[in-house]
Formats: sequence, C-alpha cells, structure tokens
Amino acid sequence: MNLVESVSRRGVLKAGMAGGAALGALSLIPAWARSAASGNKGIFELAGSEFDLAIGHTPVNIGGRTGHAVTTNGTLPGPLLRFREGERITLRVKNLLEEDTSIHWHGLLVPFQMDGVPGVSFPGVKPGETFVYEYSVPQSGTYWYHSHSGLQEQSGHYGPIIIDPAGKDPIQFDREYVLVLSDWSFLHPHEVFSRLKKSNDVYNFQQRTALDFLTDAKAKGLRLTIDDRLSWGCMRMSPTDIADVTGAVYTYLINGHATADNWTAIFNAGERVRLRIINASAMTIFNFRIPGLPMTVVAADGLHVQPVETDEFQIGVAETYDVIVTPSKLRAYALVAESIDRSGQVVATFAPEPDMRATAPLLRERPLLTHKDMAMAMDDPCMKGMAHGGMDHGSMAGMDHGGMAGMDHGGGEKQAHDHKMGAGVDMVAMVPASRLDEPGLGLENVPHRALRYSQLKSLEPNPDTREPSREVEVHLTGNMERFMWSFDGVKMSDAKGPLVTLAEGERVRFVMVNDTMMTHPIHLHGQFFEVVNGESDFKPRKHTINVKPGEKCALDFTANAGDWAFHCHLLFHMHAGMMQVVSVMPGDGEPARDHLGRLKDQPASKPSSAEEKPSQAKRKSAQKPTSELHADHGRHSGHGSKPAPPNPAEPAAPKADPMKGMDHGSMDHGSMDHGDRR
Amino acid sequence: MSVRLLTAIAGAAITLAASPIFAQTSVPGAQADAYWDKDAQAAARAALYKEHGGGTTYYVLADRLEYQSNEGDPLLLFDGQAWWGNDRNKLTLKPEIEYDFTADRFDEAEVQALWSRPIARYFDVQAGVRHDFVAGADRTFGVLGVQGLAPYWFDIDAALFVSGDGDISARFEAEYELLLTQRLILQPRTELNFAAQSVSEVRVGSGLSTAEIGARLRYEIKRQFAPYVGVSWTRSVGETADFLRADGEDPGAVSFVAGVRLWF
Repeated sequence: MNLVESVSRRGVLKAGMAGGAALGALSLIPAWARSAASGNKGIFELAGSEFDLAIGHTPVNIGGRTGHAVTTNGTLPGPLLRFREGERITLRVKNLLEEDTSIHWHGLLVPFQMDGVPGVSFPGVKPGETFVYEYSVPQSGTYWYHSHSGLQEQSGHYGPIIIDPAGKDPIQFDREYVLVLSDWSFLHPHEVFSRLKKSNDVYNFQQRTALDFLTDAKAKGLRLTIDDRLSWGCMRMSPTDIADVTGAVYTYLINGHATADNWTAIFNAGERVRLRIINASAMTIFNFRIPGLPMTVVAADGLHVQPVETDEFQIGVAETYDVIVTPSKLRAYALVAESIDRSGQVVATFAPEPDMRATAPLLRERPLLTHKDMAMAMDDPCMKGMAHGGMDHGSMAGMDHGGMAGMDHGGGEKQAHDHKMGAGVDMVAMVPASRLDEPGLGLENVPHRALRYSQLKSLEPNPDTREPSREVEVHLTGNMERFMWSFDGVKMSDAKGPLVTLAEGERVRFVMVNDTMMTHPIHLHGQFFEVVNGESDFKPRKHTINVKPGEKCALDFTANAGDWAFHCHLLFHMHAGMMQVVSVMPGDGEPARDHLGRLKDQPASKPSSAEEKPSQAKRKSAQKPTSELHADHGRHSGHGSKPAPPNPAEPAAPKADPMKGMDHGSMDHGSMDHGDRR
Repeated sequence: MSVRLLTAIAGAAITLAASPIFAQTSVPGAQADAYWDKDAQAAARAALYKEHGGGTTYYVLADRLEYQSNEGDPLLLFDGQAWWGNDRNKLTLKPEIEYDFTADRFDEAEVQALWSRPIARYFDVQAGVRHDFVAGADRTFGVLGVQGLAPYWFDIDAALFVSGDGDISARFEAEYELLLTQRLILQPRTELNFAAQSVSEVRVGSGLSTAEIGARLRYEIKRQFAPYVGVSWTRSVGETADFLRADGEDPGAVSFVAGVRLWF
C-alpha cells in the first residue's frame, strides 16, 4: 500500500482522508501526524478552500491501549487544515455525536458569528446537523481548531491549521513539521473534572512529605523549615500545586503519539527545519526543548517575531510557536514536551533515519512555588516565616518593606482589589509584579537559555500604536480548595452579562492581575493583543498569554466588533467558571478601525507622530487597500449574504530592518515550496 | 394581491429581519442574535452561562469503615459523608453507624441531613436535622454547624444539636493528614462531645461527655481507595462516665482498628 500519498496542493482534504481510511489502524492518525516510519517525510499537502469535517466517536490506540475519542474525520488529532491568507474558506462541519458540538478557529480573525463558541457566536451544531462556516482571514501562520462545546476538547476534538502567506513567507526553510502537543486521559473528562471538585489535589503525587521535611531541615535548618511549613499551612496553600491534572492521569502526546509510540520526524543534516508547535492540551502547560539543538523562534501565536534563539520555552495551552532548527549532526534528537509540574512528559524522535529512537531525558525535579508566586505583602500574618528566608531566598533576611520596591519581583505598590471576594477567592495578590522577563515556573534556573516574553519582538511593526483610551483591570481569581475559578471573583454562571462592553476600533488596555498561585493561559477571542513588554512599536501580538502566579501585565488591543469569549484556556478552569464575554459594539463616532487597528475608511492611516520612523513608513506600505480589508474582515458578510471576493495575492512589503539577522537572503517562493514535504 | 406576491413580500421581510443590518439594534452579549435564530441563540447562551461554573457534583465518602477491637467487644463503625449540589448550595448527608457484634445490635445509628453553604473561603455553614435511630431512644435534633479547613490544614467539623426536648449538645471533630509518602498517610483524629445538661435516658452527662483520639495509617492504592490500620482511644468523662460505671460498663477503651477509606 502506498502510504505516501501525493495530494495536489489544491486537492480537497477529502482525498487525503479517503486514503487514510484504507489504512486500518493507521487511519486513526491523519497523514500529517504519522510517524516517519509510517511514511511521513514532512507535511502532506492537504490544502484547499473547501473542507468537509465530521465530528464523531472513534476508538483510538494510545500507547498500546484503546481509548474512546471524539474526533474530527476519525483521527486524533484532527486533519491539518491548510489554506492561503485572504482566501475564502468554506468548512462544512457535520455533527455525528449525540450532543451539540462546535469548532472554534483558535487565533483566526473571523467574523464573530463564525468564531464557533456556542452561546456567544452561534447556537452550536446540533446532532445530525451540518453547519457551514465561511470566512477569509487576513493573516498567515500556525493556528489550531478545537471544540468549544462541553469537554470535547479533552477527548480529542482538536487539530492544526496552517495559513500560508498571500505573499512571500519571510521564514525560509527546507522542511516543516507540525507538532501538536496534547494531554490524553483514559478517564472520561467529566470524571476527571468531577474528581477535582471533590478533592482538588487528587492528581498531585508530588506533594511535600514528612521525608521532604527532614531533607529540608537538614539542608536549610530546622527553624527555617518549620517557618516555611507554617507559612504555607497558615495560608492553606501548597507549593506543589502547579498542575491540577498531572501525569498521574494523563498520557502526553505529540501528534497523537505517546512516548511509547515514538513519533519520528526525519531530516537531512544541514537542513533548515521549521517546527510548528501547537499546545492543544486541555490542562497541560508544557516545557518544550530539543536537548542539544538550539531553536530559533520565528513566530508566536501565528505571527512573525524577530528571530530569537533559545534552548527551551514554556508553552501555555493554546499558544503556538514556530521555530527553525538546523540539525547538523546525523543523530537522533529528542523532542521533549514536559508538563510544567514535571509529573510526566512525551518524547518524540527527530532523526536522520525513520527507524531511530531518541534517548528520552529523565524527568527533572518538580519545581516549587515560592513567595514570589503569592505576591503577598510582607506584613501578611502568614508571611512571617517567609520574611526570614524560609523559602530559598535567604537574601531576603533583614529586608524591610521599603526594600521590596528595589527587588526585581517586588511591585512595592499595594494592589487595589475592587472586585468580588467571598468563597470563590482564596487569596489576592497584594504586591503583584511584572514577570514578562521570566521564563515561567521551573525554568528560572535551567542550565541553558529559556525563552521569556520580554524577548519577543514582532517582526512587522505594530499596526496601531495609539495609546489605550480605556483601561480594564481583570483579576484572575480562584479557590483551589473548592476548585472554583473566575474573573474578578465572578464565575461565568454568576455573571449577568459581558465582562465589559467596548466600542469598535477603541484602543483598550487589559491589565491582568493574577490573584492565584497558578499560571493561567488567558485567551481573548477575535483579537491579537500586544503584550506590553516595552516601549517599542514591535510588541509581540498574541491571542493567548501565560499569566504567571502573582503577575500583573498589560495587554493592548484595538477592539474588533462582535461578542467574544474571553477565558482561561485550562479547560477545567473555564468549565469551573473562568470565562466571560467581551462585547465590542459596532462603531459609534470614532473612526472605524478593523481588528488590525487599521483605519477602515482611508486607504492608509497617517502615523500620529510627525517624525516618521523608518518602521512607520514601512507600516504604511504594508497596509492593504480598504476594499481588501473589508474582504478580509467580512464582519458584515453574514451567513446567507453575498460572500466577499477572495483577497488577491499581493507581494509582501519590503521588510528589511526587522529582518536583520534572519537568514533569508536567498529566499524565494520556490525555496519554500517544500519539494521534499511528502 | 396574489398569494405568490404575499409570499414574496413575507420572504423579503424575513430576509431583511435576518440580515446584519439589524445588528445595530442588538445588545452587548447578544450580538449574534442578529445572525441566527433568536430562540436557539438564547437557549445556547443560557446553557453556556450555566455550564461554566454552575454545574452540580456529588460526593460519597466513607471516611471510616472499620472494625474496632474495642477490648474484646468488637464493633463495626461506619462514618461517612455525602453531598450533592453546586458551589453555592449543597445537600449534605452524614451517616454514622456503630454495630456491636457481641450484643448483635446497633449502639449508634444517626443520620444528619444538612443544607450546606459557603460562609468563608474555607468554611461552609450547615443547617438541618439529625435523627438517632437507636431502639427505644429515637431522637431528632436540629443541627447548626460549620465544616471546613482551618489554618495549618486541619479538617474541622463542628456542630450544635438541639433535641426535640430542648436538650443541647455539641460535637467537635478535627482531622489532619500527614503525608509520610505520596500514598502512605497518617491521619490523627479527635472527636469531642459536649452536653449542656444531663439526659439519663441516653446516659449522657453535662459538660464534656466523651473524647476520642486516634490515628490511622492508610495507604492510598488509589486516591479513592485506601485500606488502613490504626488505634483509637475512647473515654467517657464526668457524669457520662458515672452513668456507664453504674451500668457496669468501662468508661474507657482502646481499640485497634482496621478498615478502608473510600470515596467516589
């Protein structure tokens, strides 16, 4: 049987799926996600503008064990959807389940009624029905799709999306792979959730024990160890509470393969390989690394960033990173995705030959939360022990409160808490601080480079550099003991309407204050927000951001009309209430801008500053004519109305400056047509 | 006017009403109503809000299901708790049954049915009724209590009981879990019973009536299933002890216990 199917670029996805169906057991893995040994030498070109997707039940084989999955076209993960920027896409989604379903196109700037959130954007897809999504998007890059109904996402209802740029891709590569990271449970998702409600630490097998007490007492002294335990006990918090659902119940997957399944990707020495890494987990924040092989991050959440080389990064649920690796040695590298709490990992192989297997690294020691993650004031009664260096911050001894301001983690300023308290809020961050310059929990002291949000700089200049005219403070709140999660102390089930109502085109700053001791991947639908990590006009633009424990950070965006879901992308946090609607009402007076911040009524916006920086000049030239914006945007092209014409391909604007340091001199379209992809 | 024309007009009206022109009149949070069937959208919205944070859960726990040696007069003890509800309101049941093998009778059989509601971050207030099913001494009480997690990880369950005759009593239970390993857990436990007055029919004197201190060492084969062994010391004091002595019974007893803790 010919496993290596040749599907033309314009061929519809169905062709690939029909081929896959004949492969028996292998049909459970879509062609793009198959291991090299099964014929995957890169990505299958399953592209087109029309897609038929059927959501149904499928038995799947994970690490040699059979489980029950909710799948798209019978595979886990679902098929790779690949189309071109600006193209009009039609997706017919048939529901073969006995319950409602939906597909949300994560990160895609679709008209809000096509966004796929039942109860916000549309009523959902009833059993037996077929729903037709139609849209075009003004963006390219790596994205993904998943169910927004019930807990189907945990059961396998997710898959990758690649949008090829309309013009030249500034990222040059010889070969590419998609790595969909996910967490699989043989337990039914409702049972996984329900156990958390009954006993929140049910999956935590890395708690501190009496033995740890003795070890710590020996290492740090009895007094400090007792103080430390008393501080945590006083607050009724656990420093090991890092992931709610752990390797105790999860099998972690790369492209639907457990470590035992040894998913393998191959390369030729010296090739530039683009890895499109998507965290499609329900509950797992991963640390991703390829020991011995540096990665150059070239895109975050789909959009280009200025290349930055690193050795490891923490990827929140729903985030995506594109990295370029250039393996020069003919050896097997391990692709390692490790759960943030180090309770488990998945390892795949990246090797010159399909029959190789990389050596899996040992799981590293689990990290512990520290006083920094509590962001508590030093005069809190429970902090007495901490102030004496009960944690591993001995240098804090003798510091007075004033000194806090000078510490890199001390905001100094006491945070106001103008939100609902009560049983659903077990703590608040009294002195939250910016943590964008930190790599994430557990990566602070790794013996190699780890990516920080502060390192991310957009490749293209930010399209809208106006100061925010409105600031909205949003607190991430919860009660671990009761497993209640919310924004501003209000669960969605207790909310009476949208979290906030904005006006289209308005420049808005969301100030996130994480009052909890967990990292929350926060996702705002329908917008790319700039992570305010400096003063530059090249802030990274993302759809999802890991907000660290006790962190305060700012996200700026230009409001895109529609009702949009806003939630923590940890599925069970969302299910427990950590979700709201952000409503952006169509224009009222302010000049209408599209979701990229570009003025809708004029062909090109004038930069507000009189002195034009070179970047701003380029920004103008990068702008599209208004007519095309409307085509891209399609806000008013509702279901049944006349579809807007497809956005014609256009040459990319010259992007010399930001591209410095990027090896693209010889770039041409041919070189990215990936002849070897099959 | 012909039927055909009417149909055409009606059709046009429907098309217009469904067109996004009317989106301008929509309300925040319901903007999608302009594109889809309003009723379907309203139903989906109601389901969405309820589903995210408004779910109900149940919990069934056998905290102590054990054999007690009780100095040659063995007992079977079941001390459990079950609840059903959401974050705001829960119906809680607390059964406690003690069966005496030698006498072949239930020394104790009580059930509390309580409405439970959070009053603080870590505490619920509970109110309801308790019924004791002991032969010849059936009694019903009103119950008001608090249950939750105190600082330093003590599980607390404290309740005040008022019987149909107006007798007042109280119970205080505290448990702690000391992790020796991730699965081997030592659980010290204490239970104190108080009475405001003497009730000779049920052999309870005023003041502290009984005290129980024990420790159980369990191994969580699964978090939900943990066999254990332990020791428990029970002692009646004051007037309650006098009642027992008058009945020819020993006011204190040390038990070796073996049982299983399970929940689902």
